Amino acid sequence: MASQDTASQQAPNAAMEQRLAAVERVLEVRAHDKGLSADGTMHWQEENLLAENGAKVVARAWTDPAFRQRLLADGKAAIAEFEIGLPAIQRQVYVLENTPAVHNVIVCTLCSCTATTLIGPPPNWYEDLEYRARVVREARSVLQEMGCPVAPETEVRVWDTTADTRFMVLPMQPPEAIGWPEDKLASIVTRDSLIEVARLSAEGG
Amino acid sequence: MDGMHDLGGRQGFGKVGYAPKASPFHAAWEKRTYALRTMAGQLGIYNIDEYRHAVERMDPRHSVSASYYERVITAIATLLVEKGVTSKAELEAIAGGGFALSHPSAGGRTNAADRKAFQRGERVRVRNDFVPGHIRLPGYIRGKTGVVMYEGPLTPFPDAHAHGLEAVDEPTYDVQFRSEDLWPGGAESAVIHVAVFQSYLEAAPVVS
Repeated sequence: MASQDTASQQAPNAAMEQRLAAVERVLEVRAHDKGLSADGTMHWQEENLLAENGAKVVARAWTDPAFRQRLLADGKAAIAEFEIGLPAIQRQVYVLENTPAVHNVIVCTLCSCTATTLIGPPPNWYEDLEYRARVVREARSVLQEMGCPVAPETEVRVWDTTADTRFMVLPMQPPEAIGWPEDKLASIVTRDSLIEVARLSAEGG
Repeated sequence: MDGMHDLGGRQGFGKVGYAPKASPFHAAWEKRTYALRTMAGQLGIYNIDEYRHAVERMDPRHSVSASYYERVITAIATLLVEKGVTSKAELEAIAGGGFALSHPSAGGRTNAADRKAFQRGERVRVRNDFVPGHIRLPGYIRGKTGVVMYEGPLTPFPDAHAHGLEAVDEPTYDVQFRSEDLWPGGAESAVIHVAVFQSYLEAAPVVS
């Protein structure tokens, strides 16, 4: 006989909202004792897990060649120059420079690890089975389908986030945006360009 | 474990459901689940590797049909039951219906006793290891040869850390593979970088 835990042998699952509420309820006392709450954490995430953080880093790298060098040499140390708190679990950050010769793209095939403080919470498509299964094996087709074709002579590098190193792509600066001030540049950098499934334009992604 | 979560290189999937600027959350409960996961982690009831393994231990049919955030809630609930914080019956009573949990854990393993340090540029082979417990080795690189590009940070060995065994910190190596070596004749041209724990690697045999 199969395990009693198999989905087929048990009562139909309660709605997701109800299952979430049950988990939240059993954690309530412990959370309260530590001064934590789901509301408080949600508020913190809304203010801290932002692709705008990654965008600021990119804009600085586009305008300050010395910073760009530091960023590519040691992402975590260079990002510490900003007020962006990286969690301990993100032990190392590699910033991957896209050029006409090299197109970097990020995935987590085993789950959905992401540099959330730089990119924000991952979009659903990044968590979906299709992206995780396909992008390591047929990145060019996947990128083409997503509206980001890569020239045949450009090398594709896929980075699978299987440990506690996190990745962020440094996208190419749109030529029309050369000479812009840093804050204006930050405004055109999109979340999807930091994963690099979308190219940037001066109009914003 | 060779579970449904280990998706890299699996075939038969359709197009990625991509929309530019897609919201990270489909619904309010997903956003709350995302917060609850972080909060639960801060309570110190379980570690990140136990959490990841609890996701992996979901019944395959449930896992594949569940949304990402259903997997998150299932894993947290499974660990709260396994750690004695609550029971399945209590969760189901509060939820007012069923609450499918993950299957029990199989055994883990400790760091490889014969692990060794590698240098940048060294050719390495991924050990042909098959384990029933947690492992952060995507199946698509098992037995394959690549080149060490960087040495990564010291990290608790996940195969032990997910199972309450002594997990010694060890480096991960950024190893570069060629897609044509991973799937000969069956992949588009690319290089694939994977962060590989030291215990998963051995020196590549010398090719004459």
